[in-house]
Amino acid sequence: MSATIAAAGQAPVKKSRELGWGSPVAYCAAVILVCATLAPVLFIIIGGFKSNSQITTDPAGWPNPWKVSNYLNVLESSGFWHQAWNSTICAVFTTIGVVVLGVMASYVIARYNFRGRSAMYSLFAAGLMFPMTVAITPLYLLIKSFGLVNTLAGVIIPQIAFALPTTVIILVPFLRAIPKEIEEAAMMDGCGRLGFFFRMVLRLSVPGLVTTGILAFVSSWNSYMLPLFVLNNSASFTLPLGVQAFAMEHSVDTAQVLAFTSLSMIPALIFFSLFERRIVGGLTGAVKG
Amino acid sequence: MNAPAPSATAAREDLAGRGRKAKASSPGSRRHKGTSWGERAEIALLSGPGIIVFVTFVIFPVFTAAYYGMFKWKGFGVPTNFVGLDNYRIILTDHLFLEALGHNAFIVVMSLVMQGPIALALALLLNKKMRGRSIIRVLIFVPYVISEVIVGTGWGLMLQTGGAVDSLLKSIGLQGFVLDWLADPNIAIWTLMVIISWKYIGFAVILFLAGMQGIPDELPEAAAVDGAGYWRTQFSITLPLLGPTLRIWAFLSIIGSLQLFDLVYIIWGQYVSSTAGTSTMATYMASNGRLAGNFGFGNAVAVVIFLISLAVALLYQRFVLRRDTEGALTGGN
Repeated sequence: MSATIAAAGQAPVKKSRELGWGSPVAYCAAVILVCATLAPVLFIIIGGFKSNSQITTDPAGWPNPWKVSNYLNVLESSGFWHQAWNSTICAVFTTIGVVVLGVMASYVIARYNFRGRSAMYSLFAAGLMFPMTVAITPLYLLIKSFGLVNTLAGVIIPQIAFALPTTVIILVPFLRAIPKEIEEAAMMDGCGRLGFFFRMVLRLSVPGLVTTGILAFVSSWNSYMLPLFVLNNSASFTLPLGVQAFAMEHSVDTAQVLAFTSLSMIPALIFFSLFERRIVGGLTGAVKG
Repeated sequence: MNAPAPSATAAREDLAGRGRKAKASSPGSRRHKGTSWGERAEIALLSGPGIIVFVTFVIFPVFTAAYYGMFKWKGFGVPTNFVGLDNYRIILTDHLFLEALGHNAFIVVMSLVMQGPIALALALLLNKKMRGRSIIRVLIFVPYVISEVIVGTGWGLMLQTGGAVDSLLKSIGLQGFVLDWLADPNIAIWTLMVIISWKYIGFAVILFLAGMQGIPDELPEAAAVDGAGYWRTQFSITLPLLGPTLRIWAFLSIIGSLQLFDLVYIIWGQYVSSTAGTSTMATYMASNGRLAGNFGFGNAVAVVIFLISLAVALLYQRFVLRRDTEGALTGGN
């Protein structure tokens, strides 16, 4: 990012030269790219405005007339709102848990010097090697033995655990970057390491916390495998499970399924467009870190 | 966000430098003498909860899987029917599992082959300064943010017989290309590859772009002064310097391909995936383990998947990523 800014500031000549080269080709490629990316998403959203007979006769065409009732039906159904509520609870508590536990552990790794510190970091980093897919069967048994099957807590707590590696990997360099001078000044003012953590670190690391929080929120909102194993009761379904159940129940009512599907992706899309730079920054930071 | 980011990185680098200096000049500072009891309590207090949750739910299950995997067990009570390595023998001789493993291998290779070059080309394209670049970057990342369920449902409906894709092909006069996208075992896995590429290519592009922006402007500028053209610059400077990013991306892609579950399971469901030729080790585990009630067996499959992923990851790190840690390319700057 710094390179872009520097270049924009100093070299207008270069910029115009680059814009000139092959620009039409680049734009053509870009347009094709955007179309290919958006077409399936638009198919879902626009399909929700069609009638079922139109989807059968002309599945690729525009809605004629535009039919809002599919969306209204979904919005009026209690199932959708109930699942949206469950998804929200899962996502919010996962986010809080990940951020709180993550920042505390990262702070220790980043700013305390003790034997076993690098081991602690490696432990969390090793978590990247233990994806949910591998752990899911034994994890389900563990959740069952805690009596958490069919509860949202049974989804939330494992999600926190599985989001901790990325969180720690993103936050440790972030917390390390807080100038030592600030810490020394705080100590001189009689602030312990713990007091420094609560009074200064939390405030200074807000951008990092937001990045990790958003990543946790979006992945919780989209998570499928864990809820699939843990939640068997439709009253506790989250939206991804709801979408699938709805698609099976209403397999003939395609338009309604499309409307349901597009409504359920809105929150993630809004979240993403609001915080796009932070998500992207967090992901690349995690990989480079 | 655009403005503070560089300053933060600069500050970090500055700090790292100063930190190193400080450490070097005062090796006997307070922190190195050992850890006081108060500090130990703080460490335990702060890192304890995270470590407990993490170890309990991430690390521990994998070890219990190794234990349960040696039993024939329906998931109720204590497992008693010890069968030793019998589950593993069944898995490794089951042609359904071996087929799934083959599909995984295919997906690993084809993901790299299909996504890598396209993502690289797109990143080169978007790395040029052009109007609307930032909006394109946002849009290309949209599929990555949408959940697998939505992607699966949407693509499933588009590709079903008589669906939008078929009708689009007919309307532009390509009836001959109307195929049984989802059920024909010769085609379905290619369909899956297209969907996977569509979903995850944005991630690769964003990574590559970040890597390209880490390349100092002076290098391509110097190359231009020396008379190198655009393509020459990309091949001789951008690509080699992008090496570490490419290798990390490939690593993430390989691990993701080995673990693939959601998309296949959503589009092809529990049983169809094996007849359509798209089953993966993970869908095999779900349908033969938890959903069939054979928990001992499911755990054994989990162990097999874990060992395969671990072996691949370790080999990759040993032979490919080691170059990065040795700093052959990164050490220079």
